[in-house]
Amino acid sequence: MIETERPYQIRGTTQTLLALRVDTPDDPTFFDLLKTDVLKSPAFYKNAPVVIDVQPILDQPTTEFRKFVARVRASGMQPIGVINGDETWNKAAAAVGLSVLAAGAPAKLDAAPSNAEPPRAAPSVAERGAAEAAPTPPAARPAPAAMVVEETVRGGQQVYARDGDAICLASISNGADVVATGNVHVYAALRGRAFAGFDGDQRAMIFCDRLEAELVSIAGFHLVSEELPAVARGKRVRVRCADGGLVVDVVS
Amino acid sequence: MAKIITVTSGKGGVGKTTSAAAIGTGLAQAGKRTVVIDFDVGLRNLDLVMGCERRVVFDFVNVIHDDIRVQQALIKDKRLDNLFILPASQTRDKDALDQEGVGRVLDELAKEFDFIVCDSPAGIERGALLALYFADEAVVVANPEVSSVRDSDRIIGILNSRSKRAESGDEQVKLHLLLTRYDAERVEQGEMLKTDDVLEILAIPLLGVIPHDKTVLAASNVGTPIVLEAGSIAGQAYQDSVKRLLGDDVPMRFVEPRRAGWFTRFLRRSA
Repeated sequence: MIETERPYQIRGTTQTLLALRVDTPDDPTFFDLLKTDVLKSPAFYKNAPVVIDVQPILDQPTTEFRKFVARVRASGMQPIGVINGDETWNKAAAAVGLSVLAAGAPAKLDAAPSNAEPPRAAPSVAERGAAEAAPTPPAARPAPAAMVVEETVRGGQQVYARDGDAICLASISNGADVVATGNVHVYAALRGRAFAGFDGDQRAMIFCDRLEAELVSIAGFHLVSEELPAVARGKRVRVRCADGGLVVDVVS
Repeated sequence: MAKIITVTSGKGGVGKTTSAAAIGTGLAQAGKRTVVIDFDVGLRNLDLVMGCERRVVFDFVNVIHDDIRVQQALIKDKRLDNLFILPASQTRDKDALDQEGVGRVLDELAKEFDFIVCDSPAGIERGALLALYFADEAVVVANPEVSSVRDSDRIIGILNSRSKRAESGDEQVKLHLLLTRYDAERVEQGEMLKTDDVLEILAIPLLGVIPHDKTVLAASNVGTPIVLEAGSIAGQAYQDSVKRLLGDDVPMRFVEPRRAGWFTRFLRRSA
């Protein structure tokens, strides 16, 4: 089929978004806390598109919403829409230039299903167009672009898998970084730093044959060497997100 | 075509210059026409270690900037007539070296020599980067201790990514690990890293293990490359390493602690 020439192309795309659930917007510490979170993990939160979950405040008036959105923006995040709104709230959202999105499935902290589904395929928080919520057949999904690193990553070097997993066949030296938006696999000693789920995917995990890491981080949560459990040191492990922190499992 | 071998380490004081002098001299002893270049502009030492500091007229920087021919700056070794030294300048700093100039000098030397041994300065700045940029092979010198091994790891990363071979996509620089100041007794007591531990971290082939040996300092002070000291075990270990560099298969020596003889044991007991 010959494509007609157009100055643009419109395509469907699936993005993982952060959702900011607003429980008590009038809490005086609300924005201080938010700012602190952004400052703590700027790579993760700064200018990150975020949808505002208004479910807990549906019964409250929408009069302050414009000011609220401006303050969220001032904290460093980029509000792009609301989810779980009713008619009044959706109107208020449109009035301040935000989109109305269908609610997505919240990100699972439990990592169990990750064997069954590819790490980056499922939208975790919100997705445009509720009608498309049915699972995409495997053939239609873009293949996750894993980056395979065959050589030792030396001190001062960094590998960055922008669109998926980083798979390292040799060790990661002290002072080296492995960064991936998906999972990090190291089939040797991990002595440097590993960052999985770099753009915020809490389902991402870190696997290594020998844990001697300076730091492990998933979706902004991290553990430094000192904080790693002693029983896991030097062992083959999996690191995952759970209960608002990181858990290190020794796997035999 | 000459082979360019850079002796480097990242960390200072691990034995780069001693090793460059020993390897250069060893290659010359094996009949190869060899020149050793001191890249440590401003802190030159190679001429001292090789015993020719009183004959320095022109230096590396003069050749690059002052219209001096490289043949005028080369110093011929008094002991081996196929060994030459190109000394560094003491009055300039490392910014006096530039990639184009260094490349020109190396091209010129490559016509006359079998081996060009580059003695790198410590650090990962300009002088060190230029010393490794043109390398065909690199001898990474490390001591069996953590900070030295970390710095060697860093320099290996730079060799693999910022050398001419890496930039042009040619075959990678061939890497060799030379473990110096190896004290077998302290290794056995767990005060120093084991050879295997270092190899595990650095993951490059082992060229040699040079035992800690007091004769190294003494020889260095009188300007004799250690391979010329017949009684020195470090000298013998360097000679083995040079043979390996030339492709011979030589077993490792001096890596086990020396067992005290019955007489020494007797003395210790009665002391």
